[in-house]
Parts: sequence; C-alpha cells; structure tokens
Amino acid sequence: MSGIPDSIRIGNGAGFWGDNLDAPIRLAEEGSLDFLTLEYLAELTLSILAHQKRLDPEAGFVSDFPATVARLIPILKARPGLRIVTNAGGLNPAGCARATAKLLAAAGMGGEKVAWVSGDDLMPRLDELRAAGERFLHFDSQASLAYFDAAAARQGEGLVSANAYLGAAPICEALDRGARIVITGRVADASLTVGPAMHTFKWGWQDWEKLAAASVAGHLIECGAQVTGGMLSRWQTVPDYAHIGYPIAILTASGECHITKPEGTGGMVNRETVTEQLLYEIGDPARYHTPDVTLDFTQTEVEERGRDLVRVSGTRGIRPPATLKVSCAYENGFSAKGDLVVSGLGAAGKAKATGEMILDRVKQAGMPLGRRYLEILGAGATLPGVETPSGDLKEVVLRLSVWDKDKNAVERFCREIAPVITSGPAGISGYAGSRPKPRQVLSHWPTTVERDHVRPVAYVRGAGDLAA
Amino acid sequence: MIRLGDIAHGRSGDKGNHANIGLIAFTAAGGAFLETHVTAELVRQYFRDLNPEKVERFALPKLFAFNFVLKNVLGGGASDSLRTDTQGKALATALLEMQLPDPDNLAAMLPPAAPGSAPA
Repeated sequence: MSGIPDSIRIGNGAGFWGDNLDAPIRLAEEGSLDFLTLEYLAELTLSILAHQKRLDPEAGFVSDFPATVARLIPILKARPGLRIVTNAGGLNPAGCARATAKLLAAAGMGGEKVAWVSGDDLMPRLDELRAAGERFLHFDSQASLAYFDAAAARQGEGLVSANAYLGAAPICEALDRGARIVITGRVADASLTVGPAMHTFKWGWQDWEKLAAASVAGHLIECGAQVTGGMLSRWQTVPDYAHIGYPIAILTASGECHITKPEGTGGMVNRETVTEQLLYEIGDPARYHTPDVTLDFTQTEVEERGRDLVRVSGTRGIRPPATLKVSCAYENGFSAKGDLVVSGLGAAGKAKATGEMILDRVKQAGMPLGRRYLEILGAGATLPGVETPSGDLKEVVLRLSVWDKDKNAVERFCREIAPVITSGPAGISGYAGSRPKPRQVLSHWPTTVERDHVRPVAYVRGAGDLAA
Repeated sequence: MIRLGDIAHGRSGDKGNHANIGLIAFTAAGGAFLETHVTAELVRQYFRDLNPEKVERFALPKLFAFNFVLKNVLGGGASDSLRTDTQGKALATALLEMQLPDPDNLAAMLPPAAPGSAPA
C-alpha cells in the first residue's frame, strides 16, 4: 500500500435532483478527480421518493444516478483511481446499489465493489425509538406531532418519511473496504466530501480543525454550480454561463482547502462566488452543525490565489452536538395554484379584482379555503420591501394559490379559474394550459434524535455478486 | 442616496420556515459602512410585509460580511408556502435595492473593476 497522498481533488457534479445531467460527465472527464460526489437530496426529496417506493418496493432511489453511472463507465475504466460517493440511495440505498451493480457487471466491471449505507431511515424503528425516550419534538417550536403517537404512523399513513442525517464515518468505512462507488441515503451534504477526506488522510475523528476544513469544502461544493458563478448577485460578470463548470475542492493532508473548477469551462471561482456560497443557508455562523463537526465561520478567510482558484482557511471546528438532525415529512392537505395574464390599463388593480372574484365564487360554493394567497407578478410579488409603483403597469400575471385539508375545496378552486375569462374583466389570457390539479402537500417536520440511537451500517459487495 | 447593491452583494435561501441573507461588502470600507447602517432592526423594518418573527445579524468580519437570519418569514417554508418565492431565493436581491445615505468615501466601497482576474 502506498503512502498517504499530499492532496486530493473532489468534484461535485450535482447539487439537487434535477440538476444538469451532463455536468457529472463533464466534471469527471475534465476535472482530474479522485472523487466525484453527487448530491441529490433536498429537504423534501425523500418524501417524494417515499411515495414512489409505496407504489414499487424496488423504487425509492434517485433514478438519475444509475443512468449517470452508465454514461460514466468509459471514464471509470480510463481512470481506475476515480471513485464516486453519492446520496442517490434515498429511501432505498440497497436497491440503488443493485441497479448500479447491474450496469457495472454488464460493462465488464463486475469485479468492482459497490457499497451502500443504511441506518438513516427511522420509519421502521419509530416504536422502538419512542420506547427509548425519543419524542421527535419540532426543532424550533418544540411542538409535538400527533402522527408519531398515532397508529397511523405505524401503517405508513400520515407520516411519510423520517430520516436522520448521518455523518461521514460509514462513507469512510466503505471506502476503506475498497468500494468504488458508495451510495447513501440521507447524510449531511458536507459528509459526502468529508468521507473521502477521512479515508484518504486518516485524520482522527476528533481532529476538529481538519474535519472543519473538509466540511467547509463540502459545504462550498454541495450545491454544484452555485459556487462557480451560479446565483451570483453580479451575474453580468460571470463568463459563459451556458458552459458553466462544476466545482472541485482540493484538500491537502495538512488540512488546506482550495476551490476551483475545470479549465476551459464557463463560470468563475473568485472571492465573490465563494463568499456568497459560504453564507448560503447558514444560521449562526459560530455554530453551523454537521454530524461530523460543528463549524465556526466567524474567522474564516477567503483569498484569491490565482485564476479560478480560491483558498478558504481559518474555519474553526468544535465537537458536534450529541443529537443528529432528523427530517420528517407528513401528509398535510392539498394545494393548487393558477395563473392568468391580465392586460390593459390598470392591470394590477384588474388582476386583484379578478383574483378576488374567483376566491369569492369558491366561497359562495360553500367551500371555504383554509389558506389563500393572491400575488401580482410584475408588480413586485417576489420583492418585499422594494417600492414598486404599480399604477401604470399594463400587463401582469395574477397568481392564486390555495390550501385546504379538503381536496374537494381545492378541486373547486381549480374549476373556478376558467369561468372568470367569460364572466370577468376584459383582457384576460394565458389560460391555455390545462386546469390546475390539487397536489398533496407533504409538510416538513425537522426534529432530532440521540446520536447513540442511530446505527449506520456500511455494506460492501462485489458488483458481479450484487448483480447476480 | 446609494443603492445597497452598489457596495455589497449577497445570497439568500431557506432553512425550513426561516430565511437567511448573506450580505457581503465588496471592500473593508464597505464592511464598516454595513456595520453601522444595515442593522437587524433596519432589515426587519424593510421586510415588514413578510412579518418576520425576529431578525438576527451575525458578523463575519474577515469577509466584510453579515448574515441576517429572518425567523418564520417564509409563509410555511418550501413545503407549505403559497408564495411564488417559497424558499426566499429573491430576498437578497430585494435587500440589495435598499436605499442608504451617501457615504463620505463611496469610491473605497465599489467593487473591483474586473472580478476573477486576481494576479496569478
């Protein structure tokens, strides 16, 4: 076995499920990577996967991932050192591993090892965990959710999913045991980067400063192109958005972190792109919790070291809390939204009047809606605080959104949009799309669980055996 | 008056029903100006239409930056909100339109002319 390398390159080719399908391929081809990570799970993605798994027990993972592996096979063959770490497993990491193994085996790579990580899915263990004292109170309000008590939860009704955020340890273990591809369910996004770093550099699990450096790297690349020019305030300064490069973190054995992107790609990496992403979706910068380490960004420095090369340093690491974050989703009524284009003098006032007509008619039908929201797009609906003179607008979009426990009430709202075209003001169009449909709302319930109550397990198998 | 976006950039997003806005001055002089002028209370007032339960401001001095956390401001968050901007993605863009009094040294707060072209 050779010694520990001085540095590794970890690229992230997906920031959410639905991100650009070519990005992972281009990044693997152009990034000189040691590890490719693919991050797919937003807060509510698992509840969508839960619905899919109910319909088909073999489903419940991110189907884009095996399709991506199929396209990566040539580069995996050309670069034997390239390994993949992903949370594509969703609610069925084993199923995702089997689907992936079949592709590898069919391509003559049956000798490669595929790993999956389980233990994040708490749904099968709710009774046991409640008996052990877990109460699953809301993270902020400390409220309780009846579904955790009700028999319905055990039947899989009401509560749809409950997943703990695992850390990097099972990923590191899978890599230590030789896995070429590691597939997890819910893990902290940054842990997809920390796992490869811990595997490579053999740092201690209480070496908080090193864990902090790797976690910052993971935090910066987890959202894909958001650190290479995506979402930048000064978007006009970003070159060649259409070919935007996805990010690479360069980590050294001594715990240095640089962010870059493949040469010749669009976008850019500079102080502005990195600093905006460093602050993205954080709370108190002195206490950014991950399962591996709590980060303190208050002394973090961001320094341009060359073209598209930024050094990030000074982040302190602190022992993380004894609890892990848990994301749950539960069925919570129905919603729908409908849009109409309103034209003509005084369009904003006309749109408001039109929206109120529709809502009044739903009320007349004896269907009071639990929540209603009227927006006038074009008049500043997404810009709270910004003075937008709306008196002289001659074209706006009316958007109505409603919610109710009762699907029939929401359905009635959907049917009241079209009639206003012939029984309301002149100059209304944009209704050519089909009538909106009530959509089941899956509400988010963030909570915690004692770390000691969660048992992550890494399984490592030969692709050929797994495919058989 | 100046527009906040003349001297700072930013990004916003969600954590459940809370939003955060990372606001970053282009220069150290701009950071000092933000420290004095863009208080948590001013941001709470600015977004009063959204009725934030509370606004907290945290400093990241070496980045000339402040993080604003707006509690329970997203109308239920990504899963429940009926708004178009369910996740608060446009809040930073909105904040950068804030009007502020003219600073004495505006030139020292403006962004570098050619971003991304640091000396190699």
